[in-house]
Amino acid sequence: MTGQLITLSLVAIWSAMAVYALAFIAFTIDLARRTAPASEDVVVRSAAADSALSYETMTEGSSSSGRGSTAVLERTAARVDGTLRSSKWTRIAMAFTVIAWILHVGGTVLRGLAAGRVPWANMFEFSLTATAIVVGVFLAVQFWQDLKFLGAYVVAFALLLLGLATVNFYVDVIPLPPALQSYWLVIHVFVASLGTGFFALGAGLSIAQLLQAGGSKRLKFLGTLPSAVTLENMAYRLIVVGFVFWTFTLIAGAIWAEHAWGRYWGWDTKEVWTFIIWVIFAGYIHARATRGWRGSRSASLAIIGFAAVIFNFTIVNLFFKGLHAYSGISM
Amino acid sequence: MASSRPSDHFDSPAPDKAINQPKLGVIGYLRFFWRQLTSMRTALFLLLLLAFAAVPGSLVPQVTSDPNGVIQYKAANPGLSKVLDFFQIFDTYSSIWFSAIYLLLFISLIGCVVPRTKHHLESLRTKPPKTPARLERLTGFTSTVAEPLEADEVQDAVASAHKLLKRSGYRTRLFTQSGPADGATAMSVSAERGYLRETGNLVFHGALVGILIAVGFGSGFSYTGQKVIVEGQSFTNVLGNYDSFNPGRFFSDSELVPYSIQLDKFTAKYEETNIKAYGQPIDYTADVTTDVPGGEGKSTQTIKVNSPLRIGGTDAYLLGNGYAPWITVRDGEGNVAFSQPVAFLPQDANLTSVGVVKVPDALPEQLGLQGFFYPTVCDTTVCTGALTSVHPDLLDPTLTLQVYTGNLGLDKGVPTSAFALNTDKLTEVAGTKAATPSLLLKVGDTVDLPNGLGSVTFDSVKRFISLDVHHDPTQLWVLGFAVLVLAGLLTGLFVPRRRVWVKAVETEDGVRFEYAGLARGEDPGLEAAIADIAKKHSQHLGLKLSR
Ligand code: HEM
Repeated sequence: MTGQLITLSLVAIWSAMAVYALAFIAFTIDLARRTAPASEDVVVRSAAADSALSYETMTEGSSSSGRGSTAVLERTAARVDGTLRSSKWTRIAMAFTVIAWILHVGGTVLRGLAAGRVPWANMFEFSLTATAIVVGVFLAVQFWQDLKFLGAYVVAFALLLLGLATVNFYVDVIPLPPALQSYWLVIHVFVASLGTGFFALGAGLSIAQLLQAGGSKRLKFLGTLPSAVTLENMAYRLIVVGFVFWTFTLIAGAIWAEHAWGRYWGWDTKEVWTFIIWVIFAGYIHARATRGWRGSRSASLAIIGFAAVIFNFTIVNLFFKGLHAYSGISM
Repeated sequence: MASSRPSDHFDSPAPDKAINQPKLGVIGYLRFFWRQLTSMRTALFLLLLLAFAAVPGSLVPQVTSDPNGVIQYKAANPGLSKVLDFFQIFDTYSSIWFSAIYLLLFISLIGCVVPRTKHHLESLRTKPPKTPARLERLTGFTSTVAEPLEADEVQDAVASAHKLLKRSGYRTRLFTQSGPADGATAMSVSAERGYLRETGNLVFHGALVGILIAVGFGSGFSYTGQKVIVEGQSFTNVLGNYDSFNPGRFFSDSELVPYSIQLDKFTAKYEETNIKAYGQPIDYTADVTTDVPGGEGKSTQTIKVNSPLRIGGTDAYLLGNGYAPWITVRDGEGNVAFSQPVAFLPQDANLTSVGVVKVPDALPEQLGLQGFFYPTVCDTTVCTGALTSVHPDLLDPTLTLQVYTGNLGLDKGVPTSAFALNTDKLTEVAGTKAATPSLLLKVGDTVDLPNGLGSVTFDSVKRFISLDVHHDPTQLWVLGFAVLVLAGLLTGLFVPRRRVWVKAVETEDGVRFEYAGLARGEDPGLEAAIADIAKKHSQHLGLKLSR
């Protein structure tokens, strides 16, 4: 019975990967075919900036000139997006992504059923769950903003990690060692994955923002994306959500460490890296509020922060020694 | 608002570049440095520096979390270790340079937060500012079509806007102003909300300081101790009973509540059906009887890996376990010189364990035994070479011992470890370097020692646990501050702070109502909020919104 579930789970995951690959191709074609609409948005943008400036000189405090213009810019973004009716390829790619995601979630759930517990107790299972959550966040966020242009990035990320997981991280279903038998495993790891999902999208937007600010002529699709400022604002909003989840992860991890190891903080390698990531993103939030650091500089911090998340998950888990040796892989 | 934040905050006015700085005196310099230290740029720099500084400690083993790793690392890299030692890399997180970074950061934080708190408390008491003369250029500007209205109708309409805003949680203020051009009067409501945003931000930063202080105090007043307890034995919480003990700086003996914990039974379950994880531990349970002085007498409890025992102001954690073979030693004169279970320390996942027996009372000579215990010894038909254990459970328990005679050095008053035997000055009488080979015993076996030195009996096997006892009076404080951090973060990031204005403007055709807002900080929902207010208010009045 368990053996069948495990096989079924793997088949679902492999199928998901195949469909993700199709989705990736469709997203890439979509990006390649996109071309810029009229240059209307540039005009609107400068008008908005003007009005914000004149407001500043008009009111008593010069309180929030920047923020005022931010809000006005939001409208221009909406207008730009309005011209951006999703192409046939976007729709195909999204359909593939949804199908792949359903298979992916199914495979992950089957793995959990086979193990008789949550499917995130070793690195292989955690990869399945975390990527499912990253893609899930990507799909969910579409209801809030059209971020389909990040599809190629998100799907490529999921594919890579799933590939690594099935080929390099695979371990059999084995029971949990006593230290992992805790409901904190359920909460801590799940929320960490949610945070990772938001950080991933934030980093994707920040990369798009840097490209947009660089103003490359060769990447035609950039013309169809929102302005750098809009990308930055969207990235910020996603990353602060991620930051809240990450803060919770840190606290929940400390509580669990207290239960399992008798101390809530011990500068174990994994704890150190979770802390480093937290501080980088606190830095990012500060950079956004520091004159001279908005724009490309804070965007770089968002990307560095997400790189640290990936580093924490792959390199730290596999090669660093510590109490959190849960990869289930002996090197 | 502007004055309360560091001058390089994004919301602060840009500095005037052309100011001629007057010559700075000492006070002037101090003020200058303070301003630099509490600027956003410095905070950002220190945060990034902190992240960066935390990296080396994750690359090199740390004394606090992995002392054995440090010893191995130093042995493997003697030259590099000297350099690392100089920079306190093995103690990164209590090193001078790491401490300097976070202390500077927190000084900066306090310097930043205190004036903001003062300012915020004031602004909580100030009323919303005057309505700007022109609303057209503000966020979400909306207006109704002008309608001829009586003066009291206009007043009622403004009053209803006032009520609407108040009900939505705004702090409000009514104004009657001269119109922009023609001197006609205009009535307006000025409203502001979202003070919680700044409150949340201040609570967040304040709680970080709280965590730092609580952790600092905690390290002074806490203590941790380790104790090995064999089944049937008990432990009383007094200083002399610990195998090892690490007190904080302000610890005093009198803090220890002399409770006792007796280990009745320890049960380890190992996986037996799943062949891929055969022998992997799946549960450890310690059944204990506790007795707290002044308590309600004895009570039975269980300790598990993820559920410590909270007792007498301390937490007792089940951090290790192993086997304690019961060994009886008769000396050359036939007296029982030693008979008790001896904890053998596990060396691997299958609990191959090492242990030491010291028999100072043996006659004619003191005896020292040192050896291995294998819960399931590998069958010699399968395994060749040195013995090993192949399963952590007691399937074929086997004990091997080397035997030494000579002065054990126990009477010199120098503390010695119960788990190590210094064999330098001893004579090996049974073992690899002696004429007699190592003793090999199964449960119940008795083996005679060479030269009429006596005999050794392996009576039975018991389990032992290794308890970590911790006391940290500030732990709950840290948790409380952590919860405040999270709460402050949520309000500081997600409560929108905004100003909203509703204004009745007289025109030639009658009265027009205008609605507009201003974001103060990140506020993506402002436009929708204005649109909502405009819709509700105009519907209430039966007026049409102009497009
Ligand atoms: C331990 C160091 C610090 C950490 C971890 C930290 C973290 C954060 C976080 C997460 C936020 C956004 C959350 C919120 O707004 O409630 C924030 C905002 C802020 N912090 Fe800090 N902070 C630190 C030190 C400082 C220092 C030293 C200053 C002053 C120079 C400062 C000034 C501010 C300001 C003004 C904001 C509001 C930013 C905005 O307008 O969006 N912080 N900080």
